[in-house]
Parts: sequence; structure tokens; C-alpha cells
Amino acid sequence: MRVFRDTWLIFERSIVLSLRNPVWVIMGILQPILYLLLFGPLLTNIAKMPGFPPGGAFNVFVPGLLVMTALFGSAFVGFGLCDEMREGVVERMTVTPMSRVAMLVGRSLRDVVLLVGQGLIIVILAVPFGLEINLGGVAVAFLMLALIGIMMSPISYTLALVLKSEDALAPVVNGISLPLLLLSGVMLPMSLAPDWLQTVAKFNPLYHAVAAIRSLFNASYGDSEIVLGVALLVVLSVITIRLGARSFSRAGA
Amino acid sequence: MTTHNVEPILETAGLRRTFSGRGGAVEAVAGVDLRVAAGDIFGFLGPNGAGKTTTLRILATLLPPTAGTARVAGFDVARQAREVRTRIGYVAQSGGSYRESTGREELVIQGRLFGMSKADAGRRAVEILEALDLSDAGDRTCKTYSGGMRRRLNIGIGMVHRPALLFLDEPTTGLDPQARARLWEEIKKLRETGTTVFLTTHYLEEADALCDCLAIIDHGRIVAEGSPDELKREIAGDVVTVGVNGHGDRVVALMAAQTFVREAGIEDGLVRLYVDKGEEAVPQILRLLDSHGMAPSTMNLHRPSLDDVFLKKTGRSLRETAA
Repeated sequence: MRVFRDTWLIFERSIVLSLRNPVWVIMGILQPILYLLLFGPLLTNIAKMPGFPPGGAFNVFVPGLLVMTALFGSAFVGFGLCDEMREGVVERMTVTPMSRVAMLVGRSLRDVVLLVGQGLIIVILAVPFGLEINLGGVAVAFLMLALIGIMMSPISYTLALVLKSEDALAPVVNGISLPLLLLSGVMLPMSLAPDWLQTVAKFNPLYHAVAAIRSLFNASYGDSEIVLGVALLVVLSVITIRLGARSFSRAGA
Repeated sequence: MTTHNVEPILETAGLRRTFSGRGGAVEAVAGVDLRVAAGDIFGFLGPNGAGKTTTLRILATLLPPTAGTARVAGFDVARQAREVRTRIGYVAQSGGSYRESTGREELVIQGRLFGMSKADAGRRAVEILEALDLSDAGDRTCKTYSGGMRRRLNIGIGMVHRPALLFLDEPTTGLDPQARARLWEEIKKLRETGTTVFLTTHYLEEADALCDCLAIIDHGRIVAEGSPDELKREIAGDVVTVGVNGHGDRVVALMAAQTFVREAGIEDGLVRLYVDKGEEAVPQILRLLDSHGMAPSTMNLHRPSLDDVFLKKTGRSLRETAA
């Protein structure tokens, strides 16, 4: 199938280019490490407060950190596309018979591989701090992280194709990702929030993803948030991929 | 060479493209009819903003036309975009090669996106790198290339799949004279391989030196079409420009009444006369001016250039509009 072959070709090209620019890879790894070292210890005391969800401090904190990494690892990928557009790469490939879906999915898969890699490093480094892991739960959690990447990166690429410049893209991406982040309970659990804030947060798919991943790390597999979180991410990913592929096929117009 | 009896590889009829912007609708392409014969180097000449790139993007399936039709290599660009894409190469003004990729990587992936196997694409990349004298640079990233090398690579990327028709948008803009001459040679070589080349340019020299046939576009409309020689002949005769220190209107009226002057006008404060035989006209002009008590401050005789063609068709000089 042409679409699979083209997707692989774009994935391969993108990942080679990403690894050739180690600054971003190193930054992507360093950032979560800084959170672990400089923010994690604060939580050890807060975890004793009433209203803090079950599990150790790091079992609450690391899932949030993973979702944040996935969000940032995918929300800003449009910047790279702006760069490719400026050099005419996107236009050049649009005038080939290649699959338009592959232009999007090949790049999104690269984003997913990188953010899953970052996530694995975070989990491994967090174990000495007191993170407790169970393999089954962590595997499903990483599936959800991948889905966050699959859902978010097409949005970023679509915005890049429409706005065409980093200067225009930056405020829009920030404007979307910051409320998503604040309303997800990534930093502090939303159970500490007032009722109205909790109500608003329930409309945020990442809120459910964070809740689901916390349950998965705590081996609370019966939590309905897990099914809800996965279902939401799958449905939204289908929508954003369709949107993104359409934007690529109109890239010239 | 121009052969009008063969089936054209590119044909448009009433091609239009309107952009709606803040200031209302702008018609970038306002009814373009073109025919390009297979094997020609076809030049699309016009000032910046004339509609060259928009037309090219429609022909290369990047932009749907608002109205009209375009058939490229026998297929409709709007309805059979995929068929068209397998038969054309397109090199945008923005280039196409990515600075962090190597020349070889770009050629190989381009070949593979056109369906070649990894081995075939690899062999084709070697062939192109050799043909464009880029073998030594093949495994360096594009950001290390000079401007001329990068343009050559971009053209190489456009011809990986041996397209029947190659579109080049302003291929030599911004290059120094040596690099430009070098690129012209590469483009001429394409003709020998039977590839039809459709290039846009706002350089008259380029159109004159390279093209078998050209169309001049201004404000979205074709104002002239033919081989450079045909177009120049259309101007008929030579051009004499005379500086007359503010007596322009008087001199134009005087000259327009003479039988040896085909057309008289003012351009840049200079009287511009189109005459049949320049060497005979000059003494007559001098005598006429003298008998009316005027002396020319400057006088120039030249054979018509494409700029004269452009000036005659649009009332403006391409050199000014392009600057």
C-alpha cells in the first residue's frame, strides 16, 4: 500500500533529521529531568495534605510529567514544519504522487517515537525517587502518551500549514497548550481544585488522560477514567489526523 | 526548436485565478491561454507580481484555477492532479532541498516518493550528482552548498523521475553571473534529453538566451507570445531614442507626422521613435530637429530588445518594474 510505504519514507527522513540536531533531543531529555530534580521534591510534603490522591508523591507527579512531556513534544512540532515549508520541502513533496496522509502521519509517528523515548527516560530516572511501577499499567500508560502525540501533532501541523510562520504559530500554540496543561491536573491534582475548576477540567481530554495514567501507575485498573481516557484520545486522534491530512493536501492552495 | 505542428505538452484555455484579500478580490491570473510545444524551453516573462508564479502553481497542481482549464502532458491539472504529478517536475522559487539533509538523501527520497526502489533511487542519485557536478558534495548537508550548487541540486531533485515537463520558477534569481551562466548550460542540456522546460523569469537576457518560445505576461494577461526573434521582429525595425530637453511633446508631434517613423512616444523623458532603418532615420531626425531650431542632447540607436517588446506591449519598461 502506497500510504504505508510513503509514511515509512517520511518517518525515516524525519527521524534522521531530528537525531541529526541533537540540541532538541538533549533539551527534550533535560527538561523533564529538571522537573524531576527541582520540582518533584516539593511534592513529597504536599502529598500529606488532605485531598491529595492516593499513591506516593511520585506516582502522582510522574504521570503528570509524562503527559506534559507528551503535550509539549507534540504541540510545538509545527515549528519544524514551518522551517521545511520555508525551504520549499512541503511544496516540492506536494507535487509528487505521494500520499497526503503519509506527509502528516510520517511526521507524527516521528514525534510519537521521540516523546515515548523521553517518557521512558523519565520513568527510569524516577524510580530511585520512589516511583512504583507495574509493567502492564505502564505499557497502557505509554500507549496513551503515544495517542496524545498522535492527537496533538496534527493540530500543530495544521496550524503551521495555515499560519506559515513561527511568529504567527507561537502565540496560537501557547494559547492552546497552556489552558490544556493547567486544566489537566498535571502539576497539582485537580482534586485540590474548587468545584467550578474541576467542572471545567472535565471538558479537557488531557484531564482524563492524566487521571487514567495515574490509575494505571497505581494498578487501579478498574478506574473508569482509563476506558474514557483511551476512548477520548482515539476518537480525537481520528478527527485531528483527518483534519491534518486535509490541510496537507491543500498545502498549495 | 519551436514546432507548432506537434501536440502541445501544455495547453491552457481561459485560465483564471482570483484571490480574495482584505482589499477585495484580486485577479492574479486573468484569462491565460498558452500552448507549449514538447521539447521546447518555454519562457514565461513578466515583472514581479504579473501572475507568473500563480500560473505556474496552477499548472503544477498546487493551486486550483478559479476558472478555465489547463492540460499538462494530456491530463487536466484540476481533475487529474495525480496523473499530472507523475509526469512533471517542479522547482519552486523557495528551492525544495532542506538544509539539514544531504544532497544525496534528498535525491533518493524524491525518487522513492515517485515509486522507485531504494537501489534504483540510489543509482539515479549518483547519475544526477555526476551530471550536475555535485558528486563531491553529495554527502554534505545542503546548508554547506553555494547558491549555485543549491540551485543545481534543486533542479536535480525536480528531474529525478525523468519528467516530460520541468517547471522552474525563477531559476536564476539572486545568482551571480557565473553561477547563472552555469545554470543556463544545465537547462540547455535538458533540452537535449527531450525534456520540455517551462521557466518563469523577469530577466530579459535569460529569456533571450535560453528560450525557444516565450510568453510575456503583465497584470495576469498574456500580452505577447512567440519566439524571441519573432517578438523582436514584431517591433519592426529599430529604436531611436532622443533627448530633447523638455521639448518632448513638440518633437513627438513633429516626428509622428513623418512617414519614416512608425511610432513615436515618450519614455523616461526621452523621445522614443520606432523606425524601419535606423541608419537612414538618424540623419533625417537630426535635420528635422535642426530645421525647427532644436538640438538633441543625446541620441541612441539600437536594435529592438525584448525590453522594447515589453515596453511596446505594456507601456512600461521591464527593467524598471523588475527593479
